[in-house]
Amino acid sequence: MTAAEIDGLIQALTVFILAILVGIAVISKVPATLHTPLMSGANSIHGIVLVGAMLIAAEATEPISQLLSLVAVAFATMNVVGGYVVTDRMLQMFRKKPTVPKPVAEEAEA
Amino acid sequence: MTALQIVEILVRIAWLAGAVAFVIGLSRMNSPATARNGNLVSAGGMAIAIGATAVLILTQQLSGDGIQPAAWLIIILGVVLGGGLGLYTARTVKMTAMPQLVSLFNAVGGGAAALIAIDDYLGLAAGSAIRIDTNIFIVLDIIIGSITFTGSIIASAKLQGLIPGKPIVVPGGQLVTLALAAITVIAALALFVTGTPNLALMVVILAAALIFGVTMTLPIGGADMPVVISLLNSFTGTAVAMAGFVINNPVLIIAGALVGASGAILTKLMADAMNRSVMNIMIGGFGGGDSVAGAAAGAGGSVRAIGPDDVAIQLAYAQHVIVVPGYGLAVAQAQHAVRELAELLEERGVDVKYAIHPVAGRMPGHMNVLLAEANVPYPQLKEMEEINPEFERADVVLVVGANDVTNPAARRPGSPVSGMPILDVDKAKSIVVIKRSMGRGYAGIDNELYTNEKTGMLFADAKEGLASLIAAVKAV
Repeated sequence: MTAAEIDGLIQALTVFILAILVGIAVISKVPATLHTPLMSGANSIHGIVLVGAMLIAAEATEPISQLLSLVAVAFATMNVVGGYVVTDRMLQMFRKKPTVPKPVAEEAEA
Repeated sequence: MTALQIVEILVRIAWLAGAVAFVIGLSRMNSPATARNGNLVSAGGMAIAIGATAVLILTQQLSGDGIQPAAWLIIILGVVLGGGLGLYTARTVKMTAMPQLVSLFNAVGGGAAALIAIDDYLGLAAGSAIRIDTNIFIVLDIIIGSITFTGSIIASAKLQGLIPGKPIVVPGGQLVTLALAAITVIAALALFVTGTPNLALMVVILAAALIFGVTMTLPIGGADMPVVISLLNSFTGTAVAMAGFVINNPVLIIAGALVGASGAILTKLMADAMNRSVMNIMIGGFGGGDSVAGAAAGAGGSVRAIGPDDVAIQLAYAQHVIVVPGYGLAVAQAQHAVRELAELLEERGVDVKYAIHPVAGRMPGHMNVLLAEANVPYPQLKEMEEINPEFERADVVLVVGANDVTNPAARRPGSPVSGMPILDVDKAKSIVVIKRSMGRGYAGIDNELYTNEKTGMLFADAKEGLASLIAAVKAV
């Protein structure tokens, strides 16, 4: 490996480790109520793999490579689109609904 | 600088902006008030990153970088197919079936990450040496991505009921799983040592990892699936980060690492709340999950059965009622029935609250989603720490399909559930449990709450039991 290659690897590892620490710091504060939406939200974020799938599709010339990248793009898009939509549907339900005024609690003692 | 170089710089900045949006989005998912906005911020970041990538490919093509028009066909066809399928399933899925859909999206994400590494490997010139770091990242990406792909599909099929939810244990199954792991590791090491592309070895690794994902997930019970899905979610994040190393793309590394960390924490939180270790679950534990095994009443003390009419009278004349919804309610899809009963009671002036254990339902927070879907007002949902002091003042506690999270045995040492945080249901003045049978919960032990003299058991499926209560309360 050349010095430049080693530099590149170390830089990439640095970014990787720091991103893990950021992930831990951000996520440990989320209340249990939101864990399922959070899991779904995190699930959509790894749909970023679509960027990689598009880049390999752009370079694909062999038929096998074209097929692999087509499947990769379709998979990744499904992850992105489905992930965000289903997370939004879940979170939409957490909206505060207008509360109906309740009758006073005493008359039940009949 | 050429136009292409300028575009490349701008695209890299856009990718960075996308990564920043993911972090901000996740941090805004801290509270219900900002969560939806957080998800939109994250989606916006995703749109920016993807749009920038399209611009980059277009610019490369226009500046004669050898990109063929066929590439656009592949990208557009893939986006239309995957996007259409994702959009359709996400919009039509019932909220009770949502965990398995999340698992399915997780599977395809992991699959895409593995495909990137496979494609990259096929492109390496035969016979020439591969850099050791590239080799390692490719192999890791293929292994983790493949395990996630098949593992998540099995997890999804179990939750959907396509495969029985109970643990499927084959004699010697553990040995097969171990052997697959050994094959994968040995083949990977052989690749690293030789350092040249070897398609046969790579196919062995791919096949072993795919089967490993199946054999790893099959022996795990349905009730443990949330932990498994969360773990696999973390795996996918890691696989995506590895794909980022393979094609040298920072936004994949950042986003993948973020998800890898979040999934790992979430997995640990879920396992902690059930008083189990992740290792214990993965190695295959005692949990039969949603089974109703041991249907006979084999409990130590005597159990008092109670009819819907008696329960209805108790509920109708109570002042404070706390509902404890559990896994059984989620399985029976009885969230609308419980809301209807609560509204009836509120019309009579009864104060109704819901006590939500952190792992109630099929995933942490899943119960909140289900009840919110059934239009239960959010302020009525109380988390464990908040509601526990209120049980003493409750006239009636209605336990619907919850078991281990209410077992007072958890307060004493020496029980399998010892130390597990529980809801203090036994402190209430009167307790009614709706349950199909005296079957044991997921920890496989008897629940002392059921033999408590204050407890009446209403033996019914959650949905039928609630329906009979609604009818009985209307008649009071």
